[in-house]
Amino acid sequence: MSGVLLRCGGGVALYAAVARGGFRRYVTYRTATAAGVFTNTVFGFILTYAYLALWDERPHLGGYDQAQALTFVWLGQALLATVPLGVNGGIDELQERIRNGDIAVDLYRPADLQLWWLASDLGRAACQLLGRGVLPMAVGALAFDLALPAAPLPWAAFLVSAVLAVTVGFALRYLVALTAFWLLDSSGTAVLGGLAATFFSGMLLPLRAFPEGFGEVVRLLPWASMLQVPADVLLGRYEGAAVLGALGFQAGWAAVLLAVGRLVQSAATRKVVVQGG
Amino acid sequence: MWVRSTLTYRASFVIMALGNAAGSGLEFVTILLMFSHIDELGGFGLPEVALLYGASATALGLADLLLGNVERLGARVRDGTLDVLLVRPAPVYVQVAADRFALRRIGRLTQALVVLGWALAALPGDWAPGRVVTVAVMLVSGAAIYGAVFTLGAAFQFWAQDAAQVQNAFTYGGNAMLQYPPTVFAKDLVRGVTYIIPLAFVNWLPALRLLGRDDPLGLPGWVDFLGPVVAAVMCGGAALAWRAGLRGYRSTGS
Repeated sequence: MSGVLLRCGGGVALYAAVARGGFRRYVTYRTATAAGVFTNTVFGFILTYAYLALWDERPHLGGYDQAQALTFVWLGQALLATVPLGVNGGIDELQERIRNGDIAVDLYRPADLQLWWLASDLGRAACQLLGRGVLPMAVGALAFDLALPAAPLPWAAFLVSAVLAVTVGFALRYLVALTAFWLLDSSGTAVLGGLAATFFSGMLLPLRAFPEGFGEVVRLLPWASMLQVPADVLLGRYEGAAVLGALGFQAGWAAVLLAVGRLVQSAATRKVVVQGG
Repeated sequence: MWVRSTLTYRASFVIMALGNAAGSGLEFVTILLMFSHIDELGGFGLPEVALLYGASATALGLADLLLGNVERLGARVRDGTLDVLLVRPAPVYVQVAADRFALRRIGRLTQALVVLGWALAALPGDWAPGRVVTVAVMLVSGAAIYGAVFTLGAAFQFWAQDAAQVQNAFTYGGNAMLQYPPTVFAKDLVRGVTYIIPLAFVNWLPALRLLGRDDPLGLPGWVDFLGPVVAAVMCGGAALAWRAGLRGYRSTGS
């Protein structure tokens, strides 16, 4: 019993160290982070004016007032690199290791492959949120009238939601990376994964502003967990216990996708043995 | 060589080209989704916005196809592979642009041309030779302006090696801005992309002339035809910046 506990404790310490490593690794890219902040801010301004024109024509589109719509824009820019809501970043190295066979070494390590990469990705996300998330959001809040909550509780709920958003994003990217076991070159699936994340997360337009029917279906897909749900949590679209429902939706998708990742991984590792001959 | 190498993996090439087309196409899908709720955005109808989108995206697609690789210069400076190009008997700029030439970018260009073609067909008016020439000049000088921005961004990377993202703010960010009518934006922003970084000459000014609309800054009419001049000046400036950057380059090893 104490042995199991010890192993669990050691495990937590190990993955915490991996997460810290993921965090620290991204701290080193200072110029890149500054350049990213600049780009996110520019895009934030452009989208803000486009949304202002759209909400002028159609006030309360998707049930958002103008300030809420603009908050959605700047939140999207803040989470773009964190979740991430576009390119398949963060675990390119895993894809490369699968492609060149180094993955065989990783599988012999006394650590769980998926948990290892999840911990590393959470560390990366924390660094990106602080580096590339907070500043554009602050610029947006200074330049425009945003609907940010004043109470601490919605912010706390949002933070939980953001962690779940990163987890769902990771689970999806992990699945994309695993396709390299079969395709060798997974850059094609990575492109498709990035496109799906851009479109179905609400990054281009809030999913509530999608045409009815289509919008309702899209809001049930896992990608909704990556921006639409965290944004709605921050904007106070869920009241009381409904917040827990929204977080549960995200947690449910995270659990399902991580489990699928595990199944695919065990199928893939059987293939590695064959390849290793 | 890079064309042949990418065509070797045909399935992968097709997926990447389609992905490239779909990726840029999503921007237009967003506009379509917006127009499912509205008839006009900033006073412009869907075919007019499609013209702005198609013209800017085609110009960017052309520049990206020919010169898009120069944005990887920072990576070359970091890992020292730029030095290899310096000793070869060919202009460094041509080598940087041609190395890993990505034919898949044809996807973005094709998608942009489809939207542009639809917009031109949907807009009313006859096709006098003058209008055809205006469209052609708009696309070529637009591509040259974007190409100059790509090059300026690359020259900047001689100093700030991992700042490739800054360039994206002006190329892809500029493209995102130019696809909406100028009436949507604050006057100061429109002034910025007219006088400081003259992206407005990529499509706004010539397209407003085609559509018979006044530009929001109230500039005299002949300014609409300055696209080629602006493009030439920008390319000259970009060439100077590139040469200054290359001359000041110190290899990472030294």
